[in-house]
Amino acid sequence: MRQLRILFSLGIVWALIGQAAGAAAGLFLVRAIRAAANLPPSAEAELVIAAMFSVFGSLLFSGVLTDWLKWCVGIETPLRHGDPDGLPAWTRYFSVDYNHKVIGIQYGVTSIIVLLVGGILAIIFRLELSWPGEQFLTPESYNTIFSAHGIIMIASILLGVGAMVNYLVPMMIGASDMAFPRLNAFSYWIAIPSAILIMAGMVIGDGWETGWVGYPPLSTIDGSPLGTQLFILGFYFNGFSSIAGAINLLVTVMIMRAKGMSLWRMPIFVWAAIATSLIQFTATQTVGAAQLMVTTQRVLKLGFFDPTFSNGLGWPAGDPILYQHLFWFYSHPVVYVFVLPGLGIISELLPVYSRKPLFGYKWVALSSLGIALVGFLVWAHHMFTSGMADVLRIPFMLATLLVAIPTGVKFFSWVGTIWGGKVTFETPMLFVLGAISVFLIGGLTGPILGTIPTDLHLHDSYWVVGHFHATMFGGFVFPFFAAIYYWYPKITGHMYNERLGKIHFWLMTPGFWLMSLGQMQVGIWGMRRRIYDYDPALGIEFTHALITLSALIIGWSVLIMIYNLITSSRTERVAAINPWGSRSPEWQVPSPLPEFNYYRPFEVVGEPYDYGVPGSVYVRDVPAAGD
Amino acid sequence: MSAAATHHDQAHDHADEHGHAHVPTYLETLRANRLGLWLFCISEVFLFVALIVVRFALWGNTRPELDQALGLATTSVLLISSYFMVRAEVAIAHGDRDKFLNSLLVTFVLGVLFLVGVVGFEWGLFGITFGDHELLKPTDGAFGAVFFGMTGIHALHVVSGLFLILMVYINGRRGGYSTERHWGVEACAIYWHYVDVVWVFFYPILYLIGTPVH
Ligand code: HEM
Ligand SMILES: [Cu+2]
Repeated sequence: MRQLRILFSLGIVWALIGQAAGAAAGLFLVRAIRAAANLPPSAEAELVIAAMFSVFGSLLFSGVLTDWLKWCVGIETPLRHGDPDGLPAWTRYFSVDYNHKVIGIQYGVTSIIVLLVGGILAIIFRLELSWPGEQFLTPESYNTIFSAHGIIMIASILLGVGAMVNYLVPMMIGASDMAFPRLNAFSYWIAIPSAILIMAGMVIGDGWETGWVGYPPLSTIDGSPLGTQLFILGFYFNGFSSIAGAINLLVTVMIMRAKGMSLWRMPIFVWAAIATSLIQFTATQTVGAAQLMVTTQRVLKLGFFDPTFSNGLGWPAGDPILYQHLFWFYSHPVVYVFVLPGLGIISELLPVYSRKPLFGYKWVALSSLGIALVGFLVWAHHMFTSGMADVLRIPFMLATLLVAIPTGVKFFSWVGTIWGGKVTFETPMLFVLGAISVFLIGGLTGPILGTIPTDLHLHDSYWVVGHFHATMFGGFVFPFFAAIYYWYPKITGHMYNERLGKIHFWLMTPGFWLMSLGQMQVGIWGMRRRIYDYDPALGIEFTHALITLSALIIGWSVLIMIYNLITSSRTERVAAINPWGSRSPEWQVPSPLPEFNYYRPFEVVGEPYDYGVPGSVYVRDVPAAGD
Repeated sequence: MSAAATHHDQAHDHADEHGHAHVPTYLETLRANRLGLWLFCISEVFLFVALIVVRFALWGNTRPELDQALGLATTSVLLISSYFMVRAEVAIAHGDRDKFLNSLLVTFVLGVLFLVGVVGFEWGLFGITFGDHELLKPTDGAFGAVFFGMTGIHALHVVSGLFLILMVYINGRRGGYSTERHWGVEACAIYWHYVDVVWVFFYPILYLIGTPVH
């Protein structure tokens, strides 16, 4: 009985019920209306309305809208905080909670679960690719699985970015929470139904075959699978999460910093979070518009991207290339959303383990903004082969190559920080160094793609696959894991198992090098992207088998991390307050932090990264009134 | 942003076993809310600009034949509604509740009239034509797509604005706002003006620029 009561107190359970109920309501509504209006049933319309209702149902039932709905009718509600009444403390992690640390953990755990789902899909189609010919996947199911892999991994990355930003930023700037705690919860709880829509797209209505980019005409022609529509709507609704989260973060940083924390004295990760949010709250709108246009074209036959229209009067038709512009105007900048927080983590951790000041703090801070800004000017480098206007090519090539400057600033800063430092190699530091090595591979292969003559050959080849996996592993996955290990004692009060951490690292890093370089090699030798088969005459069978092998190794190593994280939380509590000797405020107080982060407010009185500078202080408690 | 901006007001802080919670004052909350809303407005600029870019990419220097009188009428109605919104906000700031409520009501009615003009007549829901040209259909290639897309997205914003106005009106009747504390009214007004300004760009872009193609 009690178990049942607890189960039905969980927001996540209600979110799922709400999603199902919303979907059913939407479905029947459309059927009823169409039947009443004597229209033939339309699966497409039913699906769209059901999906929209399902997201709303999920939000409504989970309870994340409750306070706002009360406000609408003039009822004031205090902000709920602390452990839930009469329920075990752990239940708050499965329900709507307004504490930024709880929400950060929710994001993080969801991110890892989604990462595993995406990883399993990758392993499935890697097995298919281990040998030439058709093994156990049909071409259609191969298409669905690689498409789902792509977008699910992106969802995972966005959730992981949400985890780091939510958990770390308020803590680092000395705020007791985000500026809008309810909006913060909303950002998380709308990501759940969105992810479910995307995953549902794999099984409902024949999956989809457009890849994560969803280009028309493939995504809009008659007979394109219904799953496409679910993927597009899931993508669309996830945008709400990005926009709301980013606005929240920007306001938080603008007005809630501790006394004395001027912009140049913020932890460097906060700069990365700002740059990320600037991209998220603007660019997301254009891809949202593009997804809405695709939806209206599919359901209502609006011809945005349909070039075939003609009524003999000279009226203009649509244009599929337009979609690509709208899509990449978001999707290039969003790759910096993926990597900027991770690069911030690298800059944050290196000084701690090198016992030296961060080299060129201001330049690193500005380079994040620089990357974000230049990132808006390069989108068409994804379209060199797609038939866009020729005049656009050279400017976009030049702008693309410009990105190397701020990125280079970061690399030099990292090298300068390690140089001559007293470096130690705990697991987080290993992952930081791994991240740098992997991101270097990604960074060096990018300009080759950004240069038109070489891109004409490499576009849509496995070289591109190698390139972006290196950037995303180096810019997100490795730093994310570093962050997890690094803040694990802060979050749980326990120390992770160092041995397992090192095993994880030494499996994953060489595994990744092998995978990435292998992908680039088969790419140069003629392997195309997004296809289930290849010609054995290309001579790439052996490398393909190696790639699959390394994918398996990476997969196992991640499972070791998860095992480590779970079992370590059952060990004895660590005594050390500050195991890494960090100067950051959160490490000056015992772990885990209390509900509102600090028992006493602190003030900033020095530079954040003056490691090894005698007598330097970063933060100290604000003297209480009357002291 | 100076250190003073993040000044802690000791009277409004409390510390207990949960740690030190900074309970924001009304003014601090107001500041956060304002920033948040303006950031949201900036964010939406990207949506509307994307639509405008689509218009120019697809229509170029042409446009469909639309009813000029109707376009002018709806635009005027919306602009006038903004005036009454300002009037409402000034009224509540001066504590004149009746004027506040009446002005809100006028704004609401004008907003509904705008919708009737665009969605009702221009979209042809009522099946009434004014001039001698046919009504544009959503499936009429890029003309239909862009026109219905832009007016549709804008209409969605108008509808949500009307919903806000209604909410503020109901709360206002219950005495939910005072001379000093009426963030709800302010937010609603900013949003309404914003939606209005967007139309100020959409109207010429849809109705005036380019040569009509018959
Ligand atoms: C040094 C900076 C970089 C340059 C010059 C660069 C350049 C390029 C170019 C030109 C392409 C298109 C290749 C083609 O399709 O023919 C591409 C693809 C891609 N890049 Fe980068 N890139 C850089 C950094 C990054 C970063 C930091 C990420 C972050 C995650 C990233 C993620 C991707 C992805 C996901 C794709 C594939 C998109 C797709 O078609 O599905 N890149 N890159
Ligand atoms: Cu790009």
